[in-house]
Amino acid sequence: MPPPIAPLRISAYTATTAAGTGKGALLDALRTGRSALTPNDFGPSPLPTWIGRVAGLEAMPLPQALAAWECRNHRLAWLGLAGDGFIDAVLAARERHGAARVALVLGTSTSSIGATEDAYRALDAAGEFPADNRNPLVHTPHSLANFVHHALHLAGPCVTVSTACSSSAKVFATAERLLRLGLVDAAVVGGVDTLCGSVLFGFNALQLVSPEPCRPFDARRSGISIGEAAGFALLERAGGADAAPQLLGYGESSDAHHMSTPHPEGLGAERALDDALARAGIDARRVDHVNLHGTASAKNDEVEAALLARRFPARTHAVSTKGVTGHTLGAAGIVEAVACLLAIETGWLPAMVNSRTLDAACGPQIRLDGEQGEVRIAVSNSFGFGGNNCVLVFGDGAVEGPT
Amino acid sequence: MSPPAGTFFIDGVAFWAPTLPGWPLARSVFRGEAEPLAVAAKRPAPELLAAAERRRAPDTVALALEVAAAAVREAGRNADTLPSIFTSSNGDLGVNDYMCSTLATQPTAISPTKFHNSVHNAAAGYWTMATHCREASTALSAFDASFAAGLLEAAVQCQADARAVLLVAFDVEAVGALRSVAASQGLLACALVLAPSASDRTIAAFEWSLAAGPAEAPAYRSAAARTLAGNAMADALPLLEAIAVDGIPHDGAGALALRLSRSLAMVLKPASFATAAGARR
Repeated sequence: MPPPIAPLRISAYTATTAAGTGKGALLDALRTGRSALTPNDFGPSPLPTWIGRVAGLEAMPLPQALAAWECRNHRLAWLGLAGDGFIDAVLAARERHGAARVALVLGTSTSSIGATEDAYRALDAAGEFPADNRNPLVHTPHSLANFVHHALHLAGPCVTVSTACSSSAKVFATAERLLRLGLVDAAVVGGVDTLCGSVLFGFNALQLVSPEPCRPFDARRSGISIGEAAGFALLERAGGADAAPQLLGYGESSDAHHMSTPHPEGLGAERALDDALARAGIDARRVDHVNLHGTASAKNDEVEAALLARRFPARTHAVSTKGVTGHTLGAAGIVEAVACLLAIETGWLPAMVNSRTLDAACGPQIRLDGEQGEVRIAVSNSFGFGGNNCVLVFGDGAVEGPT
Repeated sequence: MSPPAGTFFIDGVAFWAPTLPGWPLARSVFRGEAEPLAVAAKRPAPELLAAAERRRAPDTVALALEVAAAAVREAGRNADTLPSIFTSSNGDLGVNDYMCSTLATQPTAISPTKFHNSVHNAAAGYWTMATHCREASTALSAFDASFAAGLLEAAVQCQADARAVLLVAFDVEAVGALRSVAASQGLLACALVLAPSASDRTIAAFEWSLAAGPAEAPAYRSAAARTLAGNAMADALPLLEAIAVDGIPHDGAGALALRLSRSLAMVLKPASFATAAGARR
């Protein structure tokens, strides 16, 4: 087991999802149990499914100074950065520590592949990309982090983590290590993924896309609803207990089982959980809330329900929020980290939106209804293709040390 | 420049390019003691994969598993004990070309296998499956600084958690319409096992730190390295050349600066390490 880490202060955080811009919109949807999923109208030949689409991106060009970076993913990144005064918080951190002492670690599964797909539908007579969509900086997995690095004038380490649906959870782990070694004094973490043909038709090919709004952990669940989102958090060393929430621990592991199906006994997921709790220095009995990966695929929810049942006390309130936002893939880690931080800050334990009858595999931890409570410690699960798992532990900033 | 952030010890190194298929030859060529193959080798066929998988595997997966297995073997480690860091500027451009072409013509015909192979962490996934490794694995990209970014993550993990880690770096040739925007040529892959302390397998050691300001363009020692410079992972070559000549950087400055971004470099200085009786070099 890894030794405990020093908690990190989460100085600012934000998320923009289909529910709206900024964490207030997400909190409102979580409080009222409102699903932001809508019938799929994305792309030239939409499949019959439901999506979590961020409204209005088509009419939100990037500012002139950033126009060379134009694509849907960067528009969503820019919109997301504007949420909750996040840019101002980063600029203040840059001022405090110096631009070279602020790391940028962003997760994305498909980055701006949507722009590459567009180019393939508009190839010129020579079979090349059209002249207006030929910027090499856009057609690469690193485009998102590179864009944000430029846009925020940062000068520290800058890297993209792309491990499918665990991408923007693992960014917390990479950033924690940079901070622990004293290489930087702050880190901007987060992730952005946008709707694109690759994921809609790709998950469709795997027969994982639901024809109805997704119903996580429902006995009659029929697959995932794909969403898009942007989310960010600013991490700094904690100077002691204060009002800001904290990252307490993380765990990363591999299933070593299959590219697109979880380990049947959840061994990889459990290992990530064990490591996350060990780094946080806490026992699972102290966890008040779990934001589940809960994609509403048959296999994920079955395996994850069994993990919850065997490892958490009955009082832990666990839900998937994907019925609200859809599965935002490479952005799911940060969106659900933000959902955990909102639960810690408000005490609101969300309902499992869209789900009606829980699968028999669910223990007492997995809930349909929301309730007001107190959340001192929250856990977020993120599991990706390639058997790539990450579990995060967050606290309210006043959690006592290891027990 | 900040004080050294840490020191890593290289216990295993592997390399693959069509004219330098394997570290023993690459090392000799980088030392100026041999010539690259006149006839380029076909892509590697990693023994870790079953025959059918070996044929179907995307180029990136074949390359990555070949060098990963060779580096771990040379380091004398068990693969399932090593956290892994996979880095690639572009990922699998062949799979991307397939995905985008198919989406443009017949989107509902996408192959489910090609789709799950399109994730940037496909090689990491196949590696952990083939070696039954449940340790953490990550998949990174940083455009033209992808090797440096991967090396930084590997050095940081090695130092922060005092554990040996596996770094695997690879890029492939641009194909189809992607040639409009991705300039990468040929196949290039390397892997390193980094350890937090010296052992009888250690072949090189470096003290590392971050330094502000853009690094110089990589200075290649050998003509062979210069011919590989068109690959998107070419920023790995100066370090490999330094390892080939016993850890001594090329330019006499005593340090190797790997560009991390337009304003930051990872600086490596050769460090001394105790050569145990069993050391091979």
